[in-house]
Amino acid sequence: MFTTLAIVAILVYESSGFFKHVSLKEFLTDTQWTPLFAEAHYGILPLVAGTLTTTMVALVVAVPLGLTIAIYLSEFASHRLRETVKPILELLGAVPTVVYGYFALLIVTPLLQMIIPNLPGFNMLSAGLVIGLMIIPYVSSVSEDAMRAVPRYMREGSYAMGATRLQTALRVVVPGAFSGLAAAFILGISRAVGETMVVAIAAGMQPNLTFDPREPAATITAYIVQVSLGDLPHGSIGYQSIFAAGLVLMLITLVFNVIGFFLTRRFREAY
Amino acid sequence: MAAVAQLTLEDLRAGLGWRKQLDKLFVIVGLLVMIACLAILAILFLDLVRDGASRFGWDFFTSFPSRKAERAGILSAAVGTTMIMFVTALVALPVGVAAAIYLEEYAPKNWFTGIIEINVTNLAGVPSIVYGLLALGLFVYQFGLGQSVLSAGLTLALLILPIVIVATREALRSVPKAIREAAYGLGATRWEVTRDHVLPYSTGGILTGLILGLSRAIGETAPIITIGALSFIAFLPPSPVSGEFPFLNFEWLRSEFTAMPIQMFNWVSRPDQAFQANAAAAGAILLGMTLLMNALAIWIRYRFRKRINW
Repeated sequence: MFTTLAIVAILVYESSGFFKHVSLKEFLTDTQWTPLFAEAHYGILPLVAGTLTTTMVALVVAVPLGLTIAIYLSEFASHRLRETVKPILELLGAVPTVVYGYFALLIVTPLLQMIIPNLPGFNMLSAGLVIGLMIIPYVSSVSEDAMRAVPRYMREGSYAMGATRLQTALRVVVPGAFSGLAAAFILGISRAVGETMVVAIAAGMQPNLTFDPREPAATITAYIVQVSLGDLPHGSIGYQSIFAAGLVLMLITLVFNVIGFFLTRRFREAY
Repeated sequence: MAAVAQLTLEDLRAGLGWRKQLDKLFVIVGLLVMIACLAILAILFLDLVRDGASRFGWDFFTSFPSRKAERAGILSAAVGTTMIMFVTALVALPVGVAAAIYLEEYAPKNWFTGIIEINVTNLAGVPSIVYGLLALGLFVYQFGLGQSVLSAGLTLALLILPIVIVATREALRSVPKAIREAAYGLGATRWEVTRDHVLPYSTGGILTGLILGLSRAIGETAPIITIGALSFIAFLPPSPVSGEFPFLNFEWLRSEFTAMPIQMFNWVSRPDQAFQANAAAAGAILLGMTLLMNALAIWIRYRFRKRINW
């Protein structure tokens, strides 16, 4: 039970040393992140940009595909098909992320390079695509549960008015399940923001202030991994900087969760 | 009203036909999307196995990592993973089950337990690398455990605690009230009811939760990189069992370590092609273990469900 408190305490405690050294203004406005160079800059923006870009790419893949699968499984598929496909989809969520990283770097990137000739070997596009594929099971599974919770009589009412299954699904079931769908998307977003190994392997580790997914860049998580791979003395500025980065990561996930909480409250339908 | 009046029967039929066409179209689109997702993943996995196939063999399991790709193996990584999983299971099971029993059977319903409950649910959404940072600050430096098997095991135990707690609570909740009432009726205390009646019925659910948690932990790379796993270890931790008194020693807990996902990450990030075959082989083994554990969990759930009839 003490884990959350401990996480917050450690992050704040260790990054307080960092903020003694670096002003908050520099942290938030500097456009370069080079804490380990002789001429050090401490601007978190490039890492945040990298994180948001990969997350956006992942969502562009996962939301439409995940929603389509969820609508299909909940409104169209037979009971047997649903019971077979659901466990398989859930297995996909259990695959180690380092394996997904391997796919992104060695299979997806070469394929993309055939389509986009000048694509560098490390890029956020392929990392984002693979993360999107990875979070489809989360999005579709939670969305489907939400849609199945919409009571039967609402569907029957819609059918009685002459609506087809697709119309019922899009105009009755999806709005009715909106709060659950929001929860599913938020879960997907937190997974994508916190995803580490795929971006560390496939997106390169150069901090780069850009929103262009074709470029290599580092995310917050990739930076933490990069620093941890080296041997940093306890208490040095580099050591403290990963806690500051972790704090920002926690804040980003927190913001999304709060948005999700209010969306869910605002659109909750009571039956 | 004028617009409605102008609609003829033909218009209505045409509209209905169009809507039915759309409906059929979506059935096809839905099926295609689903099959495409499953197919892409199947292709990726087959590719993994194919790339790694050349490296499977006895040597791969009994060799230490090496500078030469064709002589490198996963011995130290596999041993490290086994030891970490052992520590993780040993910590997560009692703590998780105790927390779940407290929340489900003992805790009063007030604002404090309310906060704890929201907390447990939210912990599942915290990125795993943040657990790594927590462990780095707390276990490695504050508690002075160092970059050891013990630190790694504790970290992963923390990571899977929410999974174990949620699964255990669901298992406890599914035990019918009648069974508890009957035991209370015979004068049993709350602990006796929990120990003798509720827990035996929920063993299946608890085990399933633990195995699913472990299958998540076995593939986690980020948190153990953060606490400082080394990727090149050419020795084994001291053996936990020895020939002389007291036959058991705990030196291995303090040992430096590496683990399967770390080894794979290290091989993937090398530019040399030959090492990527090693990465594929290690990945295929890792994947196989994960799928095996999931299958085991499903089987246990099925077995226990069949045995219980209320």
